[in-house]
Parts: sequence; C-alpha cells; structure tokens
Amino acid sequence: MNAPTAAVPADPFKGSLWPRVAALALIVYVIYAGAQLEVSWARIETGLENAAKFFSRLFPPNFSRHDLLVKGLLESLQIAVLASTLGIVLALPIGLCAARNLMPAWVTWPARLIIVASRSFHPVIVAILFVKAVGFGALAGTLALTVASIGFIGKLFTEAIEEISLKQVEAVRATGASFSSVLAFGVLPQVFSRFIGFSTYQLDSNLRNSTMVGIVGAGGIGGTLFAAFQRFDYDFVCAILLSIIGLIMLGEVLATGVRAIFIENATLADLFRRGSAMRRVRHSEDD
Amino acid sequence: MIVVAIVLSIQTVEVIPEFLADAPEQVADLLTRMWPLDFAYYPDTVHAALMETIHIASLGTLLALVLAMPVGILAAHNLVPSTPVNLVAKLILVSSRSVNSLVWALLFVGIFGPGALAGTLAIAFRSIGFVGKLFGEALEEAQPGPIEALSAAGAPWASRMTFGYWPQVKPAFWSIALFRWDINVRESAVLGLVGAGGIGMALDSALNLFQWTRVAVILLAIFAVVIIAEVVVTQVRRRMI
Amino acid sequence: MLKLNHLSKSYVAGTPVLRDITLEVSERGVTAIIGASGTGKSTLIRCINRLVEPTAGEILFEGADLATLNGRSLRHARRHIGMVFQEYNLVERLTVMENLLSGRLGYVSAWRAWRRKFPPEDIRRAYELLDVVGLAGFALQRADALSGGQRQRVGIARAVMQEPTLLLADEPTSSLDPKTAVEIMELLAGIARSRGIPVLVNMHDVELAKRFADRIIGMAGGALVFDGPAAELDDAMLTTIYGGQGWIQ
Ligand SMILES: Nc1ncnc2c1ncn2[C@@H]1O[C@H](COP(=O)(O)OP(=O)(O)OP(=O)(O)O)[C@@H](O)[C@H]1O
Ligand SMILES: [Mg+2]
Repeated sequence: MNAPTAAVPADPFKGSLWPRVAALALIVYVIYAGAQLEVSWARIETGLENAAKFFSRLFPPNFSRHDLLVKGLLESLQIAVLASTLGIVLALPIGLCAARNLMPAWVTWPARLIIVASRSFHPVIVAILFVKAVGFGALAGTLALTVASIGFIGKLFTEAIEEISLKQVEAVRATGASFSSVLAFGVLPQVFSRFIGFSTYQLDSNLRNSTMVGIVGAGGIGGTLFAAFQRFDYDFVCAILLSIIGLIMLGEVLATGVRAIFIENATLADLFRRGSAMRRVRHSEDD
Repeated sequence: MIVVAIVLSIQTVEVIPEFLADAPEQVADLLTRMWPLDFAYYPDTVHAALMETIHIASLGTLLALVLAMPVGILAAHNLVPSTPVNLVAKLILVSSRSVNSLVWALLFVGIFGPGALAGTLAIAFRSIGFVGKLFGEALEEAQPGPIEALSAAGAPWASRMTFGYWPQVKPAFWSIALFRWDINVRESAVLGLVGAGGIGMALDSALNLFQWTRVAVILLAIFAVVIIAEVVVTQVRRRMI
Repeated sequence: MLKLNHLSKSYVAGTPVLRDITLEVSERGVTAIIGASGTGKSTLIRCINRLVEPTAGEILFEGADLATLNGRSLRHARRHIGMVFQEYNLVERLTVMENLLSGRLGYVSAWRAWRRKFPPEDIRRAYELLDVVGLAGFALQRADALSGGQRQRVGIARAVMQEPTLLLADEPTSSLDPKTAVEIMELLAGIARSRGIPVLVNMHDVELAKRFADRIIGMAGGALVFDGPAAELDDAMLTTIYGGQGWIQ
C-alpha cells in the first residue's frame, strides 16, 4: 500500500464545536426558564391527586344535552366553512400581490403588511376585537377566522409563487400573452397543488379554532365548553370534547381526501418543506 | 358539495345587519379609546408577562420535541414494523392535535392551578401531535438504502438511528421545531385568557376593566414579539440550510 | 469459508426465486454471478448476509449457520461481511469520513459513534483507505457532493473498513459509465488480491465479468447452471444462461 499522501489531521470532526455551544446554551436556558415555572414536588403531588379526581369526574361522558351540543357544533362548522371560503377568496389576490418576483415593490409592501398583521394575532385575540366591533355571535368568529386564513394562506401562497420557475413564466410571456394569461398559464399551474394543500390545511385549522372562539363569545361550541368548565360540569365537558374531536377528525379525513384528489401522494410535511413540491414537479418533468 | 356547505352556512349564520353596518363605527370607536397608548404600563406589568409568554412557548416546544420523538418513531412503519404499535402511536398524536391548546390549558389549570406551568404543559401537549406527525412522516420518507448498508455492516439499532436516520431527517426535524416554536409564540399569548400564565392574563384583566389604552399596549407588545420570533426563525432557518 | 447448502427463497409462497442453491466460495479472488434480469442474483447475494430472509437452507460462514442467527450474533457475523451496493447507499448528508467510519459501527458503541469518538486506529485506517481508493483529500467533503464513481469508491472503502473476510457486491458497476466501471472492478479485484479475501460480485456485463473474475457462476431461473473459470464460458453456455442468442455478437 502507498504511504498516505494527504496529511492526517488529528481530528476529522472539527466542525462539531458550535452544536456543543448551542446545546450548552439550551441547557442553561432550560434551567433558568424552568425555575420560573415554580415546579415543586408538593405541587406535582396535589396535581396528580387533582388529575385523578378530575378524570374520574369526566367519565362517563354526559350526552343528555345533545340539542345544545349539536347546535354548537353546527355553528362551529358553519364558522369554519364560511371563514375558509372568504379567507381563500381574499388570500388569492393578496398573496399574488405580495409576490416579489411578479409585482413591483409598491404593490408588495402593503400586501405583505396585511399578511403579517393578519398572522400576528391568535384568532382568539382577533375574535375578542371583532366581538367588540360586531357583537357576540358567530359573525365575530367568522370574521376572526377569515383574518387568520388570509394571513396563513397568503403567506405560504406568496412563498410558493416566489419559488416558481421563471422559465415557464417567460415562455408564456414570450408568446405575447397578457398579464392575466401569464398568471393563468405560467404561474397558477405551478402553484396550484401547493395552494390546494394550504387551503385544506387551513380549513382543518379553522375547524379547530372555530370550536375555540366561543371562549370569548364569538360563537360555536367553545362558549358551551367554557361555561361547562366553569360550572364544573365535567361529564358534559367530556361529551363536548369527544364531539369536538370527532368533528375535527372528520374534517381531517375530508381535508386528506381533497388533497389526495388534487395532489398525488403529497404529505403535509412535503407542503411545508420549502420548494420540495416544486422539485418534485421538476423531477417529473425530467423523466 | 362544497358549494352546498357554503350556501347552507351563509343562510344559517345569523348576520344581524345592524351590527354589521355598525361595525366600522365600532372599530373606529375602539381605536379612539385605545389612544393614547399607556406606555407607562409596559415596564411594571407587560414586560414580565411577555417574557413569561416566551418561556412558555420555548419550554413547551422543547418538552414537545422530547416527548414527540419517541412517539414519532413508534408511528413510523419502517422503523417499527408493527401496525398495531403504529396505530396506537398515531392515536396518541391525533388526540394531542385534536384538543386545542386552550382546552389543554383549561385542563392543566384545573390540575396544577393557574400559572405558567399549566401553560407550558398545554403548549407541549398540543405540540406533540404536530411535531410527532411530521417527524414520523419524515422518518418514513427516509431512504432505506443507507440504513440497509449500516445493517449490513452490523450496526446496532441505536447507531442505525444516529448514523442512518438522523442525518436524513435532521433538516426536517429542525424546521418542524422552528415552525412549531413560531406557532407556539402566538398560541402562548392567549393561554392567559383561561389562566395559564403569560401576557394573556394581563390582556384578560385589562379587557375586563375596559382599560383600552392598556389593551393597545399589550397588543402592540404581542405584535412585536411575534414579528421578532418570525425574523429569528427565518434567520436561523436560512443559516441552517 | 462460505458454503450455501440447499438455499431456497420464495417471496411469495409457491413461487421460488432461489431453488436449492448449493455453492462454496472459499478461494480468494473475484467470483462473478451472472444471469438474466430477475433471475435472483440480488436475492442470492442479499440472502447471504440476511438482508433477505432465506426460506430454507444453510449459510455456513466462519463455522456458524447464519440462517439461524439472530439479534446480536447476526450483527457480529455481519461485521465480517462487507457489502457494496449498486446505488452506493451512502448517507448523503454525512461526510466521506463519516461514511467510511460507519463501516465500524458494529464495533463502536452507539454513544461513542454519536459523539464521533472513533478509535484513532480506525481514523488512521480510514485515511489510508481513502488514499487506496483514490480519494485522498476528500475526507471532509459531504457524500452528496461526489460523482457516482467517487461514491462507489467510498462505498467500497466503507465495506473494507469492516476488515471483512468476505466482500459482497450487488451490481457495483451498473450505475457507472464503462470506463469508471472498469476502474471500480480493478479496485475490487485489487482488494481481493491484497487482502486475500473472496469477493462475490453480481454483474450484468459479461465481458467485464470475464475480464476480472477468476470464477464465474451462471444463474437461470433461480438455479445454478454454470460454475467454472471464465475461459470455459462459451456462447452455448451463455445461451443457456440468458436464453436466445440474437444478442451475442
Ligand atoms: N422484495 C421482493 N418482494 C417480492 N418479490 C421480489 C422482491 N425482490 C425481488 N423479487 C422478485 O424476485 C425475483 C428475483 O429478483 P432479483 O432482484 O433477485 O433479480 P436479479 O437477478 O437481481 O435481477 P436484476 O439483474 O434485474 O437485478 C424477481 O422476479 C423479483 O420480482
Ligand atoms: Mg439485482
């Protein structure tokens, strides 16, 4: 065998210093922040006792007030459907306007501002404000979740557009097509599947949140849930929770179905891994 | 079917026109009452509550990562080729995701009393499902070839995990973690409405007392933190890739 | 060294892919397995280290029947069998050095491996091997930055890191261009010679097999139909192995 020509470094794993520093910083932070939680054995013990009592009172679930239950669930469902529809319809143009590769800066900035503002607040906080503005009830919830949908879909839609291959756009533009045809034939086909993905995800997410905005009086089953909690009506709480979980799982199955129809074998992880959908598209074009 | 659902919903949601017409006026009224912002209020109450919110989000996310990893592994069929085990793991993940963090918070407030502990646990338990699902999916998408090569070299299970799977799922894992932390910063801001600590508690009391100038300061603080969190996430992600 | 006794495999009950294979490989040097696509070459080679579970038969290797081993004992047996894959099967996001050292995972505890605390002797050998396969200076490159030929060299070096007493290769050259394929075969033959170990290679390229193999095994329909030195492999035999003859020039 030849003598090694390259000098043999003592440690071929030099690059591994900074992860250690990061890990150390993380441990220090956990200790510092954890100390502020005021965890103590006494607290855990009483907590476990409480938990045992609590869970024994949850069961069996009490479905006797099912009319109230069904009414609340239906209202939540309606809030979710309306908010998603409105949100998708509004997020399309706003997301398009926010894409830096298609629009001039004076259009993207306001659009981006709208998206950032809509995303920054939790739907429940937005719901508080809408309750103040339009009164108690499902309308406030619908508006709050519409805002959330604009923020979420708008942001991801913008990112998706900014990742598209400009070759196709130029190919369409080269035919002398108008701006709207460029959009319709050069841009939208490239982002359609991701858009469907985001939208179904948002429908799912709206369904979850529509069961919660009731806590602040914005309609849906959440109000009933919160009231039951405060009255220590735990067997009813359990019934409500089980119904909510059922509704959400139904929603998830539907959303998966819609995704499966429009996007072949795309997992949720794919949709959020930036650009992976695009890479997949390009690969399939290469084949 | 989708159209039918939309139409039905529009017809049944009670839109009281007077309220809707009234809305812009009400919003304007709200805004005037928020002005001028009561910044003096920030140092004595809001700042500490804000920090608590960040701790709740961060600790909750970390706890969720720790708890979600084993569940995600159990859910991945290529790692644990037992369908019953996969299903049980998936059930855990679905249950975690199906219960909103506010409900988890109500639950933990009931158990441990009001405060940041309940909030942290609520964030963690809600995030397990999210992190575990995406992590499990990333594991299932890992290429089997390299793992097979390690098996052929006689590598034990733990080494196959750390040398074969981990490098493949590491980018996905960290981006899931960052993504969830970003969400959790937003979520932890409302947990206080049900007594689970953080800035939501300050918001709740200001709202109950109709101190709109303080409400405005709190909202502004939340806005700032959320923006900062987003910038941090974008920067970290850019540097990682 | 390695002896297969009446080895059979059916993925689906009733349709055997391997039929009663009895084979002994003991001499150092390259043994090439040739045969039409789908005839069970990969299955045979993967049965040897139990990446595929044989349905029946014995795999005698270093005094043990691999077919009966499990868990730790199987892992320990596998440490002595290196394997090279058609698609290289490197961990793409790790460096060349880390990929090489992953050949030592059977010997190093998971905890030490995680902290990259490999014995200095392993690291020294890894650098030496990189030199042998012509990749000196590539140690800290990530595997996904390499070309196909370079990846296969890493794959071979990883297998040799195990200090194997038997080297298996499943179509190591099928994804490479003809020139690189020859270089890779030269490398494998060189390793067989210098280490004095048998190398069992699946191949599609008959010419390449004739050029490098000391012994050729022909398979058809899941059974052995030829076993002998390259010189004995004539056109009549090739027709038996592959069927038809239009393809022989
Ligand atoms: N995992 C599996 N499950 C079921 N059948 C399989 C599996 N792997 C291989 N087979 C079948 O076994 C037979 C032999 O496959 P094998 O891969 O061993 O062939 P091969 O000789 O290596 O072919 P090639 O030269 O194309 O690589 C084929 O008919 C194949 O369809
Ligand atoms: Mg094969």
